[in-house]
Amino acid sequence: MSVEMAEMQKKNSIPPIQFGEEVTGAETLLRCLLLEQVEYIFGYPGGAVLPIYDSLYGSYFKHILTRHEQGAIHAADGYARATGKPGVCIATSGPGATNLVTGIATAQMDSVPLVCITGNVAQSLIGTDAFQEANITGITVPITKHSYFVRDVRDLPRIVKEAFHIATTGRPGPVLIDIPKDVANAIAPFSYPETVNIRGYRAEVVPSDEDVQNFVAAVQSAKRPVIMAGGGIIAASADQELLAFAEKARIPVINTFMGLGGFPGVHELSLGMPGMHGNFTANQALLNADCVIGLGVRFDDRITMGRTKEFAPNARIVHVDIDPAELGKNVSTAVTVTGDVKNTLEKAIPHVTACDSEAWIKQLKDWQQKQPYKYKKDGDTIKPQAVIELLYRSTDGEAIVTTDVGQHQMWTAQYYKFKNARSFISSGGLGTMGFGFPAAIGAQIAHPERTTIAVVGDGGFQMTNQELAIVSQYNIPVKVAIVNNQCLGMVRQWQELFYDNRYSQIDLTCSPDFVKLAEAYGVKGLRATTPEEAEAAWAEALAHDGPVVVDFRVAQEENVYPMVAAGNTLDQMELGDD
Amino acid sequence: MQQQTLAVLVNDYPGVLTRVSTLFGQRAFNIDSITVGGTEEAGLSRMIITTGGDDRQIDQLMKQLNKLIDVISVTNLSANSYVSRELALIKVSASPSQLAELNGIVEPFRAAIVDVGPTSLIVQVTGDTEKIDALLVLLQNYGVLELTRTGSVAMARSIVPATAAATV
Ligand SMILES: Cc1ncc(C[n+]2csc(CCOP(=O)(O)OP(=O)(O)O)c2C)c(N)n1
Repeated sequence: MSVEMAEMQKKNSIPPIQFGEEVTGAETLLRCLLLEQVEYIFGYPGGAVLPIYDSLYGSYFKHILTRHEQGAIHAADGYARATGKPGVCIATSGPGATNLVTGIATAQMDSVPLVCITGNVAQSLIGTDAFQEANITGITVPITKHSYFVRDVRDLPRIVKEAFHIATTGRPGPVLIDIPKDVANAIAPFSYPETVNIRGYRAEVVPSDEDVQNFVAAVQSAKRPVIMAGGGIIAASADQELLAFAEKARIPVINTFMGLGGFPGVHELSLGMPGMHGNFTANQALLNADCVIGLGVRFDDRITMGRTKEFAPNARIVHVDIDPAELGKNVSTAVTVTGDVKNTLEKAIPHVTACDSEAWIKQLKDWQQKQPYKYKKDGDTIKPQAVIELLYRSTDGEAIVTTDVGQHQMWTAQYYKFKNARSFISSGGLGTMGFGFPAAIGAQIAHPERTTIAVVGDGGFQMTNQELAIVSQYNIPVKVAIVNNQCLGMVRQWQELFYDNRYSQIDLTCSPDFVKLAEAYGVKGLRATTPEEAEAAWAEALAHDGPVVVDFRVAQEENVYPMVAAGNTLDQMELGDD
Repeated sequence: MQQQTLAVLVNDYPGVLTRVSTLFGQRAFNIDSITVGGTEEAGLSRMIITTGGDDRQIDQLMKQLNKLIDVISVTNLSANSYVSRELALIKVSASPSQLAELNGIVEPFRAAIVDVGPTSLIVQVTGDTEKIDALLVLLQNYGVLELTRTGSVAMARSIVPATAAATV
């Protein structure tokens, strides 16, 4: 942050921040957060964070009191994914801290910048199995980018500064700061460092000229090139550069699940999503390409199917990533560039000219025409895919859409054509049920003017639906679309296909009446059981100035296709019924 | 699978060993031996870690280690010539009357008998892994009652220019 901004922040805060003033650790923390330009905090109080909550009282911050710490961290995550700014959450020690674990792992897998603050028991009690003591820094070692246990109040400003720096630079990720109660209560003169200096931490972002030259040369010589653009495009805000590069070099673009929205879904060079539930053309492109250009992707096993030797068998693989450990991790590469994709593309664009790829592009278009995503329509029942098509049509690809995990998530990725970066928010790496609804709350708070839709299953919604309380309390106008198939749909699909229709423990017919549940929280609830009702209910939901839950009762037995079964390769794709 | 020796320079903070060893577990690597101790610079420790893996695996492991905030540098000592030493203490079943005989065995290894009791004595030996293994084979004939050995401490040879060492 610039000195001017810090000055502004100092003035805007009430009371104004005085450097050198003797304050508590809790007050120090909040001042540091202000200087980091944090606007929203998602959290839940408890004994160990009482000093922090006391300092929050009547302060400048907008604190959102979720109804579960998991709600708080997923909301912070949604806020971060929607803005690119770090999300901040606070939880108390012990059970409050451990309730963050799923959310921390979710953010780590998807490289989301978060600063998670937990309280802990006083240092005199640490190690005694004190009431509500948990070694949260130890618990979260494998799922954070870094973590801190604060021993001395005088270290707190440096630690907060470092935490924000680490969370947001290089490959972003979650950072945890665990503050024992005695540190929160201790008094020290307030200060905040201007710069960070972490020996051994290098967030190298600018690629070398030589790497960029090799990159351009490899790309340029290809006749059947394809770009595979991942979440790194979005993390680096490189969507405009990607567009310019692809158009100039005439290279079709596959967006991985995490990369959806990083390239306009309706662009003539867009091939959509590859992999297990990706489309025919994207997968054929990988099978037939002579050059696969991975930009901010990690060659996940939902795309390579874990059979990395048979992946893109005819292609040289070119890989650009900010995290050097990703290069060569999963697939063998011909050319690698360590650097942030935005910088790399910026440097490459002036040197690249159109590839000799028109015949290839035509071939891909033919495939697209022959094998689009498709499903059987049915006059009376609502098809889940039709729900997503309805959401897409009604918002013209402009909404922020979050999803939970399951079939509805895949259908959203398939049928909603995202136009903009940071408008598709979903747990890709960890696949966390319960993520979608709280994430939508965070995204909506970040963008109050935009339509924000949470597409959720009837299963996952019930993992965090208590957060209806906060959309009601703060009037956060999230539109919740429940794709209600009255079962754990994705599990049902696997049981049908691989376990001989033995439907073990997937029945959700005994669920609450979601309309009444919404109403119980003071939220508008609507139900649709036919395609006509679906149109009408959704129109009403969009027109309503506030949060809405729409219970779409959809066909139960629908499966997600295409599908590449686990263990198969991309050429063994089941297209499903049409 | 080759044995590889990594030198990992880390901050001397509580919990850093946990972070490093957790990473090995998380990425499915085995730690064959690990030694940690002070360095020429206050505030830093050096871990000497021996592990197995082919070049690609070790490259990935080094990159992952390097991502840890508390890791300052990672060097693969096996990539060039290096000196490596272990220390072992071996309690051998023997009476004082066998001292001369045992001294004859121990001496060529530049090992020493550092404690003598009525029914056992302790041999101290330093050297590379093979040397210690070789001495152990000979002492086995007497009966090894107890064995404790450190992991390697290791250092690149001076004639290798620092820049030639594989470091990330
Ligand atoms: C926390 C968590 N538990 C279990 C799973 C395993 N899982 C993946 S999809 C799924 C079913 C989801 O059902 P629902 O939320 O109704 O969505 P649908 O598939 O029907 O669209 C389950 C149980 C998971 N991803 N996350």
